[in-house]
Amino acid sequence: MNEEKNNGKIIEEVTSGEYKYGFFTDIETETTPKGLNEDIIGFISKKKNEPEWLLEYRLKAYRHWLTIEEPDWALLNHPPIDYQDIIYYAAPVQKKTLDSLNEVDPELLDTFNKLGISLDEQKMLTGVAVDAIIDSVSVKTTFQDTLSKHGIIFCSFSEAVQNHPELVKKYLGKVVPYTDNYFAALNSAVFSDGSFCYIPKGVRCPIELSTYFRINAANTGQFERTLLVADEGGYVSYLEGCTAPQRDENQLHAAIVEIIAHANSEVKYSTVQNWYPGDKNGKGGIYNFVTKRGLCEGYNSKISWTQVETGSAITWKYPSCILRGDNSIGEFYSVAVTNNYQQADTGTKMIHIGSNTKSTIISKGISAGYSNNSYRGLVRISKKADNARNFSQCDSLLLGDKCGAHTFPYIKTNNSSAIVEHEATTSKISEDQLFYCQQRGIDSEKAIGLIVNGYAKEVLNKLPMEFAVEAQKLLAITLEGSVG
Amino acid sequence: MGLSKNKYFPLELSILKHYNDNHNGIYNSCHPKVKETRDSAIVQFENIRLPLTNSEKWRSTNLQDLYELEYLMGDEKPVFDKHINEIFQCNVRGFDTNVFSMLNGWYYNSNTQQIHTLDDGVIIGSILAAQKAFPELISKYFNEIASPSTHGLLAANAAVFTDGIFIYVPDNVESKKAVQLINMVNRDSNIMINSRNLVILGQNSSLSFLHCDDSINQHPAFLVTNTEVFLGENAKLDLYKLQNLNNWSTLANSTFVQQESNSKLKINVLTFNGGIIRNEFNIDLIGEGADADVSGIYLMDKKQHVDNQVMLKHSAPNCTSNEMFKGVLDESASAVFNGYIYVARDAQKTLAFQKNANILMTNEARIDSMPFLEIYADDVKCSHGATVGQLDKDALFYLMQRGISESDAKLLLMYAFVTEVTGKIMIEPLKVSIDDMVKKRLRGDLSICDKCVLHCSTPDIPIEFEIDLSKI
Repeated sequence: MNEEKNNGKIIEEVTSGEYKYGFFTDIETETTPKGLNEDIIGFISKKKNEPEWLLEYRLKAYRHWLTIEEPDWALLNHPPIDYQDIIYYAAPVQKKTLDSLNEVDPELLDTFNKLGISLDEQKMLTGVAVDAIIDSVSVKTTFQDTLSKHGIIFCSFSEAVQNHPELVKKYLGKVVPYTDNYFAALNSAVFSDGSFCYIPKGVRCPIELSTYFRINAANTGQFERTLLVADEGGYVSYLEGCTAPQRDENQLHAAIVEIIAHANSEVKYSTVQNWYPGDKNGKGGIYNFVTKRGLCEGYNSKISWTQVETGSAITWKYPSCILRGDNSIGEFYSVAVTNNYQQADTGTKMIHIGSNTKSTIISKGISAGYSNNSYRGLVRISKKADNARNFSQCDSLLLGDKCGAHTFPYIKTNNSSAIVEHEATTSKISEDQLFYCQQRGIDSEKAIGLIVNGYAKEVLNKLPMEFAVEAQKLLAITLEGSVG
Repeated sequence: MGLSKNKYFPLELSILKHYNDNHNGIYNSCHPKVKETRDSAIVQFENIRLPLTNSEKWRSTNLQDLYELEYLMGDEKPVFDKHINEIFQCNVRGFDTNVFSMLNGWYYNSNTQQIHTLDDGVIIGSILAAQKAFPELISKYFNEIASPSTHGLLAANAAVFTDGIFIYVPDNVESKKAVQLINMVNRDSNIMINSRNLVILGQNSSLSFLHCDDSINQHPAFLVTNTEVFLGENAKLDLYKLQNLNNWSTLANSTFVQQESNSKLKINVLTFNGGIIRNEFNIDLIGEGADADVSGIYLMDKKQHVDNQVMLKHSAPNCTSNEMFKGVLDESASAVFNGYIYVARDAQKTLAFQKNANILMTNEARIDSMPFLEIYADDVKCSHGATVGQLDKDALFYLMQRGISESDAKLLLMYAFVTEVTGKIMIEPLKVSIDDMVKKRLRGDLSICDKCVLHCSTPDIPIEFEIDLSKI
C-alpha cells in the first residue's frame, strides 16, 4: 500500500514536470493577417519570389483543399480547428542575407542556445549541418560549404526554388501529391519554407544533416515542407527536431516530408518531436498533423524512419514507405510517449509493390496520465509484390489507469508468396521487474526509467548518437516514475 | 419520410415499401416493445441507409450491386406440408439433436402450437409466438443489446423481420440434447429474408446450439439474421454456426451477446461456402469472471467473400477472452477479419488474446486482416497476432521425402492448420463430421451440398488420404 502511495507521489511529481522549451523570444516578425484565401497564397508566393508554376501549384492545392473535409477516422478528440483564425505566414525580419553566424540576430541565436541547439557550437564541435527554421522561414543553414564540395545540396526550400528550380519541379509533390489528404492539401497551398536536400549519384553524405523547427510567434501555423532526394547509390542520415513556446491557445503544425530514394540509395530519417504538449490540464499545445512519406523508387533502395514522439497536444502522423523498386526495404521505428491529456494517433504504411521487398515495423507506445496513444498502421502487399516480407511489432505500455493504449493494424495481402506477421502486446510494467530493481537498491523512480528505456531501446538504438542521448533524456523527463 | 439527397437504391425502396404496406398489418405486432422497435428502426433506416464501402466498417465488403436488385420481401408464411426431413436430411450418426427449422424466414413446424417445452426443460419456438407466451421476457430482453443503428441492414432487420427462433433455458436447467436450427432458403426468385432470434439462458443453465444456414436451390438470396443472446450468471453456451450456402447468396449475420458474471461462451463459426458472408459478433462481458472464446475457420474459393467482425468488449474486471480465426483462401476468394478488443476503464485484470492466421493459395486471393486493440485499463494482458503466409516449406519437404505426394502433403498441412480451430468443437460426432467436411472442402470435393452440410458426411466411410502407408 505504502509503495503504491509512494509511486502515486512520484507520478505527480514527474507528470507535473514543466516543459522546458516553453519560452518565447521577442524577435521582430513579419506576419500576414489571419485567415486564408487566394490573396494570402499569392502574397506568400510573391514574398518568396516564386516562379509562376509554383504559385499555380499552390492555388490548385488550395482549390482542392476547399472541396475536401478534415479526416475524422483517427482516435483523436479536439475542438474544430478554425482555419480562418490562423496566421499563415510569420517570419523573423531579416535585414539582409547572412554570410556567417555572426550576422544572425543575437536574440535568435540566444533562442537556439536555450534550445541546446547552439548553431555555433554545433558547427564547431559536432560536425552536424543544421538548417534552423523559425516560424515559417529558414533562418540559417550551417556547413553549406563543406557539403557543396561533395555536390550535396542542403539548403532552405526557398533557396532551392531559386537556385535549383528544375530539381524542385521534378520532385515536388511526387510522393505526397496535394490531393493526398486534407492537411497535405493545406500545406501544399501555404507552405512557407522548409529544407531541401539532394544527394548526388554515388555520394555518401559525410555528416549528419539536421533541421530544427521552432514555432515562435503567437496564433501562427507552421507549414514547412521537406524534400529529400537521394540519387543512385547515395546515402544520407537526416535528423529533425522541433519545439514551440508555451501558450494557452492551440497552434497548428501541418508539415510534409517527401523522400525519394533512387536505386541502391539509403535514407535514414530521424525525428525527435517535442512540440509543446499543452499543460497538465490539457490546455494549449501544438496540433501536429504531418504527412511523411518516402518512395523507394529504385532497385535495392532503403528508407528508414525513426521517430521519438514526446510532444504535441495532438499527433497525427504516419511516416510511410512505398516500396516500388525490387529488393527495396522500408523500416519504421517509433517510440511515442503521451502524458497528461496528450493524444497521439501515429504509425506507418508500408506499401509493397516491387518484388522481394521487405519492411519492418517496431512501434513502442507509452501512455501515462489521461492520455491516449494509438498505433495505426497499414501493410499492403500488392498482387505483383512476390516474396514480400513484413514483420510488425507494436507494443504498448500503460502507466496509470486513466490512460489508453490502442493498436489498429491493417494488413491487406494480395499475393500468395507474401509473409506478413504482426504481433502486439499491451501491458503495464511488471511488478516483478520493479521489485527486482528495487531490491537491488534502485529506487522506484530510477527503476521505472530504466525499464522504460529498456523497453524503448530497440528504437532508441536506431537513432544517431547525438539524438539518442537527447531522446533518452526526454523519455526520462516525460515519464520517470509514472507507474501506479 | 422525406427522400434524402441521394437516390434510394431499389432494395431500400422495397424495404420502405414493405414496412409501409405492413405496419398496420402483420407488423402491428402484439407486443408493444416489438412494435416500438420496428417503428423507431425504420426511421433510423431512413437516416443511415444501407451500408456502403465509404463507411470504415464496410470498406472491404461491397454489397452495392445487390442493392440494385429487386427482391421479394417477406414471403408468405409457407404452408407446412412436408416434414422437415423430407426437404432436408440431417442424420449424422451419433449426433442426436432437437431439430428446428426456419423456411424462407418463417418458423417451420407441423404443430400449430408454436412454442414447445422440451423434455429437459428448454423452451423453444417462434419469436412471434413468444410475444404472447412470454411477454415479460420480451419486455426485458428484446432489442436490449442489438443496436439497430449500428448499420442499415440491422435497422432494416429490426423494422421488417418476419419471424425467428426464441430459446429460453430457465434458471438451473441444463440442456441434455443439442438444439439444432436449420435456416433454409427455398424460393424460385430473389428473396430477402430478415429473421430475428432471441436466446436467453438463465442462471446456472447450459445449452449447445447449432445454427446452420443452408440454401436448397441455386437462386440468389439475401439473408439478414440478427441474434440476441443473454447469458445469466454461471450460464454456459456452446454456439456453432455452420455456413454452407450457394455462391449467389449473401448472408449478413449479426450476433449480440451479453454475459453476466462467470458465464462461459464458446462460439465456433465454420464457413464453408457462400457468395458473400458477413459475420458480426458483438460480445459484451458485463459480469466479473465471464469468459468468451470465439473461433472460426473459413475455407473459401471461387469468388466467395467472407467478412468476420468480432467485437469483444471487456466491461467488467477479471474477464477472459480468446479469439482465433483461421482461413485458407483459394482462387479469387477474399476474406476480411476485423477483431476488436475493447477494455473499458475499470476492467482490470483482463486477459484478452486475439489471433488471425491465413494462407493464400493464389495471387488472386485476398485477405484484409485488422486485429485491433483499444485499451483503457492498465493492469491487463492483451495481445494479438496476425499472419499471412504459406505452408511451411520444410514441413512440406519432410512429408514429400516420406513418399507423400505433393498434393496430399499440402492437404495434410492445411488440415493441420485448421484443426487448431476445429479441435475446439466439443460435440464429438459434430467434430468428426466437420473434420470430414474440412478434408473434402480442402480437396475441392465439397462445394455446395445438395442437402445438409452435415448430411454429406458419412462417418462410416472416412475420407482417406491417398497415402501409401508402406512407404512411411
